[in-house]
Amino acid sequence: MTTTTSSSSMEWAEHVERIRDCKDQQAFAELFGHFAPRVKAFLIKSGADASLAEECAQEVMATLWHKAHLFDPSRASVATWVFTIARNRRIDVLRKQRRPDPEDLPWGPEADPDQEDVLTLQQESQQLREALSQLPVAQKELIEKAYFGDLTHSEIASQTGLPLGTIKSRIRLALERLRHAMK
Amino acid sequence: MTATINHHPSDEVLLSYSAGGLAEAFNLMIATHVSLCDECRARVDAFDTLGGVLLDNGDVETADVGADALAKTLAMIKDGDPTPSMRKKSIPGVLPQPLQDYVGGDLEAIKWRSVGMGVKQAILPTSKEASARLLYIPAGAAMPDHGHRGLEMTMVLQGAFLDDGERFGRGDVETADCELEHTPIADFGEDCICLAVTDAPLKFNSLIPRLAQPFLRI
Repeated sequence: MTTTTSSSSMEWAEHVERIRDCKDQQAFAELFGHFAPRVKAFLIKSGADASLAEECAQEVMATLWHKAHLFDPSRASVATWVFTIARNRRIDVLRKQRRPDPEDLPWGPEADPDQEDVLTLQQESQQLREALSQLPVAQKELIEKAYFGDLTHSEIASQTGLPLGTIKSRIRLALERLRHAMK
Repeated sequence: MTATINHHPSDEVLLSYSAGGLAEAFNLMIATHVSLCDECRARVDAFDTLGGVLLDNGDVETADVGADALAKTLAMIKDGDPTPSMRKKSIPGVLPQPLQDYVGGDLEAIKWRSVGMGVKQAILPTSKEASARLLYIPAGAAMPDHGHRGLEMTMVLQGAFLDDGERFGRGDVETADCELEHTPIADFGEDCICLAVTDAPLKFNSLIPRLAQPFLRI
């Protein structure tokens, strides 16, 4: 099950690599076709009107092209990465605020992510997707509200009932390897 | 990086950071903590993964983009990256990079103002819903006795403080809300520098600081 369910996630990661390595416009067009309508819907749900959401979705996808070299498939799926770019754009444009990011951990030339790590992380993101689809509707709606609406931290229940601990441990391991490789 | 951080932000706050629901001052707190704490970097990344799954799952809504959207985006790409590919790398120092971005450098760039008894503060420019400031507390000195009306998070950048029998060192975050009346004391040995973030003005329990409060903006 795991190899088939992780295939689309791995494919998107390879698309980003093709943009990074050979500025592949075909790979970009496919990513755009899949993600731009989702980013636009996300921004509309967050309070943007349709034309602003359209403009921002294009900017988010352009950022994906420009920052392809910063994508780390051992710590994020492409969907996760697109989400973080779209979220930052939303804070910037809709709330007119800065969103300070943590210190970067750039990959050194000798610190390419381990393929095993990449595959496992991509599989676990897929499993999280399946777990989400099996949640009761009310609980799923609450999680969506936390991410797409404007709940304050005190209104948020962090107990999502989802297997986030597994993903956290996986990412923690990838970070340790990165720190080790950069020494 | 730092192996000995014992006090971390709560899951609620980290999820909210990931979801984009925090005020700028709290975002600054979390970005600063995560810069020093791989455990919380992984927790935030896990919450980001959930955001990615919400954006891209089987039954998610989509909104059609215009017929010329791809062409427009490719034209935008051709114009080049409007933002520098990497932010200016900070000089390794006491302040992690997100704070250096706000201060404009490391410790020597902080514009301290005295608030009495050797305690100094510097307010950082963030949006109004919450405030962020750096505090300088001489070794062995107490922070003014205060309770809270809202949520307050304090993170140690240099030295350490003791509060209610616990020690907070570099990278540790203490979270306090309205229930807590506390008096942190800077540990002996080194002057203590903290980042303190709050979504409501602090109330002080002794008369003079309370009178001074509106002028000091804390």
